Amino acid sequence: MESTQWPVWEVFVQANPGIQHKHVGNVHAIDSEMAIQNARDVYTRRNEGVSIWVVPANAISASSPEDQGSFFEPSNDKVYRHPTFYKIPDGVKYL
Amino acid sequence: MNIKEATVEYLLRLGDSSLIIGHRLSEWCGHGPILEEDIAMTNIALDFVGNATAILTYAAQLEGKGRSEDDLAFMRNEREFRNLLLTEQPNGDFAQTTARQFLFDTYLFFLYEELKSSKDETLNALATKAHKEITYHLRHTTEWMYRLGDGTEESHERIQQALNNLWMYTSDLFDMNEIDQLLIKEGIVPDLLHVKGKWEEHVKKVITKATLKLPETNVKQKGSREGKHTEHLGFLLAEMQYVHRAYPGVKW
Repeated sequence: MESTQWPVWEVFVQANPGIQHKHVGNVHAIDSEMAIQNARDVYTRRNEGVSIWVVPANAISASSPEDQGSFFEPSNDKVYRHPTFYKIPDGVKYL
Repeated sequence: MNIKEATVEYLLRLGDSSLIIGHRLSEWCGHGPILEEDIAMTNIALDFVGNATAILTYAAQLEGKGRSEDDLAFMRNEREFRNLLLTEQPNGDFAQTTARQFLFDTYLFFLYEELKSSKDETLNALATKAHKEITYHLRHTTEWMYRLGDGTEESHERIQQALNNLWMYTSDLFDMNEIDQLLIKEGIVPDLLHVKGKWEEHVKKVITKATLKLPETNVKQKGSREGKHTEHLGFLLAEMQYVHRAYPGVKW
C-alpha cells in the first residue's frame, strides 16, 4: 500500500551556542523548510533552543541489533581503554 | 474626538483583529490536517490571543472607564467590535484558512513594522514584541502559499478559490477615517496607503511565485471601522463569550 504519510525528519536542537545539537525526536513534513518550521513549533516552544537541524530519517544508516555482540561487547573486558584504569603518578600537574 | 479616544478606538481595531483571528485559528485545535500543522496553528492562535490581551489591556487602561481587557473581549456585542472583516471569515478548508492568514499576516507585518516607530511609547513597545511573532507567522503562511499553489492540481484549485473568495474583504484592511487622520498627524499611527503599497507588492510576489492569479473583482466589502460586520461574527462571539457571560467572573 502506498504511504499517505509525509516523510519523517529527525530533529536536532542546540540548547545554547557552542554546544552540540542533540537529537530530540522527529516530525513529518513535505520538505526541509517545513520540517524546520514544524520542529520549531513542536520542540522549541519553551525556549529549548537556539538552532535546529533536520535530517531526512532515511538518510540515517544504523547498526543493526544483530551486530550488538560483535560491535560492542569486546570493549567490555578492555578496562584499560578507560582513563580510570590508570593511576596518576604523584606530582603530575594539569591533568 | 480627542487623541486619547482616537487611540483607544485604534487599539480596538488591532486588539479585536488579533482576538478574532486567534479564536478562528483555535477552532482548528484537534482538527489540523496533520499533527504538526495542528500544533503550528494553535501555537499561532496563542500568539494572537496573547497579543490581543496586551493590546486590550492597554486600551482598557487608556479608556479609564474601569473596564478590564476581559470586559472588552467578552462583554461587548457585535457592533462594538472593530476587528477587520477578513479576520472573522470562517476557516473553510485548510486552503481558505491559509489564504486568509497569508493576506492578514502580510498586512500585520507591514503595519506593525510602522507601529514600531509610533510616538505612543506603549504602542511602540507592543508593536516591537508583536512584530517578531508576526515575522514567523508570515514565513509559515507564505511557505504554505507556495506549496498549495504550486502543489497538486487540487491544492492549486482550492487555494485559488480561497483567494478569490476572500479578495473582496481586502479593501477593508486599508479603510481610513477621521481617527486615522488625527493619529497620523500626531505620529502615532502610519498612513495605511503606505502599508497598502508594501502589502500589494508582497502579495503579488508570493501569488505569482505560487503560480496563482491575482483575483479580479470590483466587489468591495468594508465596514469594520464602524462595527458593521459580516454574518459570521455573531456566531463566533456567541461561542467565544458564552462561558464568561454565563458565569461572570469565573476563575479556574
